[in-house]
Amino acid sequence: MAHSEANDNNDHRESVIIRFAGDSGDGIQLTGNQFATASALAGNDLSTFPDFPAEIRAPVGTTFGVSAFQINFGSREIFTPGDEPDVLVAFNPAALKTNLEGLKDGGLIVADEATFVDRNLKKAGYETNPLTDKSLDGYRVLPVDISKLTLEAVEPFGLGKKDALRCKNMWALGLLLWMFGRDRESVASWVNTKFANKDTIRDANIAALNAGHTFGEAVEMEGHITPQVIEAAHLPPGEYRTVMGSEAIAWGLVAGAQLAELPMTFCSYPITPASSILHTLAPMKKFGVTTFQAEDEIAAICAAIGASFAGSLGVTSSSGPGIALKTEALGLALSTELPLVVVNSQRGGPSTGLPTKTEQSDLYQAVYGRNGDAPIPVLAAHSAGDCFETAIEAVRLAVKYMTPVILLTDGYIANEAEPWKLPDLSKLEKFPARFAEEGSGEDGPFNPSQRDPETLARIWAKPGTPGLEHRIGGIEKSFDTGHISYEPENHEKMTKTRWDKVAGIANDIPEQKIDFGPESGSLAIVGWGSTYGSIARAVRVASADGIEASHIHLRHINPLPKNLGDLLANFDQVLVPEMNMGQLATLLRDRLGIKVTQLNKVSGQPFKKADFVKAIRQYVLPRAAE
Amino acid sequence: MNKPVDTEKLKPADYATDQEVRWCPGCGDYAILKCVQRTFADLEVDKSKTVFVSGIGCSSRFPYYMDTYGFHTIHGRAPSVATGVKLANPELDVWVVTGDGDGFSIGGNHLMHALRRNVDFKILLFNNEIYGLTKGQYSPTSQVGTRSPSTPMGSVDLPLSPCKLALGAGAKFIARTIDTDQKHMPEVFKRVHAYKGAAFVEIFQNCIVYNDAVFASFTEKKTAADRQLHAIHGEPLIYGKDRDKGIIFNPKTFQLEIAAIGENGVTESDIVVHDETNANLADLLINMTGPDVPTVLGIIYAQDAPTFEQAVVAQVEAAQKNGKADLGAHMREGRTWTVS
Repeated sequence: MAHSEANDNNDHRESVIIRFAGDSGDGIQLTGNQFATASALAGNDLSTFPDFPAEIRAPVGTTFGVSAFQINFGSREIFTPGDEPDVLVAFNPAALKTNLEGLKDGGLIVADEATFVDRNLKKAGYETNPLTDKSLDGYRVLPVDISKLTLEAVEPFGLGKKDALRCKNMWALGLLLWMFGRDRESVASWVNTKFANKDTIRDANIAALNAGHTFGEAVEMEGHITPQVIEAAHLPPGEYRTVMGSEAIAWGLVAGAQLAELPMTFCSYPITPASSILHTLAPMKKFGVTTFQAEDEIAAICAAIGASFAGSLGVTSSSGPGIALKTEALGLALSTELPLVVVNSQRGGPSTGLPTKTEQSDLYQAVYGRNGDAPIPVLAAHSAGDCFETAIEAVRLAVKYMTPVILLTDGYIANEAEPWKLPDLSKLEKFPARFAEEGSGEDGPFNPSQRDPETLARIWAKPGTPGLEHRIGGIEKSFDTGHISYEPENHEKMTKTRWDKVAGIANDIPEQKIDFGPESGSLAIVGWGSTYGSIARAVRVASADGIEASHIHLRHINPLPKNLGDLLANFDQVLVPEMNMGQLATLLRDRLGIKVTQLNKVSGQPFKKADFVKAIRQYVLPRAAE
Repeated sequence: MNKPVDTEKLKPADYATDQEVRWCPGCGDYAILKCVQRTFADLEVDKSKTVFVSGIGCSSRFPYYMDTYGFHTIHGRAPSVATGVKLANPELDVWVVTGDGDGFSIGGNHLMHALRRNVDFKILLFNNEIYGLTKGQYSPTSQVGTRSPSTPMGSVDLPLSPCKLALGAGAKFIARTIDTDQKHMPEVFKRVHAYKGAAFVEIFQNCIVYNDAVFASFTEKKTAADRQLHAIHGEPLIYGKDRDKGIIFNPKTFQLEIAAIGENGVTESDIVVHDETNANLADLLINMTGPDVPTVLGIIYAQDAPTFEQAVVAQVEAAQKNGKADLGAHMREGRTWTVS
């Protein structure tokens, strides 16, 4: 059934967007995640996104201390955490103040009215109480004294007031679970495990959860709020879990190392929003993963390079500022032709920029950002689940071509969670690393410059192997012997070889496919990275309204898939939306010599589906009307 | 394929590559290279298990001349690359070659942390108190007043003491030797080779072009005996051509002092006996500087300690104690559900 943008917004039964907001100490992320699990178990497709402050513990009740969590769940395919929430759960005035913008007209506000007292209102910058001053008239407001009701519910357990109030989030969760007909079982089971050794806390949390739920059942609320049923989505059959991008990257790297039959040495320095990859891998030692928290970004990449030299798979991970520090060493890895995977979880830049906000502005840095002619393969993951496959692909290319590979994700993907169909690992194709065989030394010294004639990959000889003693370094090397060479012809040959090696990868990657839409037409939207979900949703919404635009999403940024130019030639317009000032657009103009139109957003916030729907109408509708 | 057992004794030349050595004629680096090759031959070092890692600078060309595995990396980063090598394969015998600029300017951070962690590699610091490869600028170990292209009126900043910095960073093995001392240097290298952990060796190395004779006051043959204090574990700290001078401890000032044996009632039994496991003594010995004070050489400090990579590997091995882990099962931990 075709439906317009308007009824897509109002059709609450197909999908619902809830935003939980409160103080960083209110347990917002936990509440959101538990709601997500309950929804996943109800069979919904979903997408979640946390939005937390940069400050670790901001003063209580302030606007800059507000932590939020958004979930979009539904019976259809869900691509993004959603544009405009239907429901806002505000645990205090500051949470309401900072999250009201974007709430759908007529949307529901559930507010803990106990917190709307003078002191908190003042901290949030309210002069009068918004719950009573009619400023929220465009919305449905449900003020509930969550604090008092929680205290009553947990009273039998004898907790102090502070601890008792900590159960507020469970009370609110209970109410929301009732509102959308979700089962409480998964939350109860989580509480039981989490507080297995703290009986009182456990029982109090369960009591609060049940009390919130009972409140929904028993109390006649203003605005006649009744439970809404969100049917299960039609997901492909299989076993699912929710996954975050940083987890999927970590698991993909481990899977990649296993497929390459290599131990992995992961060397990193903490940086937002990349640290979670280190945190995921550090407890994975049972897979033979060695993790090393280095003294700085440079040491991290250099240790990874050293590990690769010694025959391990060296991996490092950071965000833009850290990648900038690693740049010289990246050149060393490509010059010495050692495998290395470098993950960049991009954030807002330049300089320190917006550490906790997302951006896609490191594409130039990845593709062009080194001294010398220094080509490096660049990949980009487009969603949390996609990180797994893309990480495996990064390992494959690094090992097969003896080259550093940059894998771009961003703060949005790293923190986003979505249901993910668990892959069958036994079906993944292996790509075992090959090492030079032990030498006798009879044919003279081992030559480390030998290449695979097809891939142009340099031979990998592991220290510790008799007869293969050799030296490598960042100085230009003779193409024939690997010894230092300053010969002009040789440098040209080596530069071209390094270039051809990376360019040749285009023959070893899948041809570009159209993700959605016709193979030719008036508009192709070419995206990369985390804009995937919003573009995917927008082209479907537009298509349902009879406006056709095609969505092409790139995993391989360098080299580009070799059919991309031909594919794009079938469209009148190529629109490149990016969370930067036009970096992929530059690359497409550079590599394909085509005309592209830019759509740029650099607010630190992801694109919304509506941004694309608007753009599609702008570019496609006038033509349809001709 | 097994290599036939070499019955002939290994020669220094067996550790040399076919590459022409390209340091300035008369450079102290030649003497160090020769000495390392000779020591390796004496110790019958397995070159297939040996890795030389260097940064940038004159000294950092060293790996190209050693027929072992070698990695000429980027400026200052050799300790980091070497740390990665050891994490990936703790069995390898890894040597880092660095200079005063590479190790203490651009790479100071890495050197400090490698020492602190006690990563099992040897660090040969070629200290010539000058930048050679970039043509003679002053370095972080240059004496105040060093005239160079970048300090034509003389440098104004205080130099650092490599050994003091190493000790401060937590180094467990600190030694000193001189490029021209072909008797002393091999003995130090043998101890270094036997040591398990981060072994830091400051080698006073003469740059004949940009800083010639900067160490002459204590390296010249005629004054050496009176200006060098050879620290030998268990032996009194006595020096001098006639072995008539020694080091005594002044408990009032907490300082080491020079005393003439036989004068003012000082006898040999008053002389401090070197204990290489004593960090406080090492500190006092390193602190002895000045025109009338001998320069301490030898194994200044050596203390056994667990190495970084041993501890890291032990954790990985402990985690794998129950056999190979199953990634598929790991990814299924927590909540999963089935869509049919």
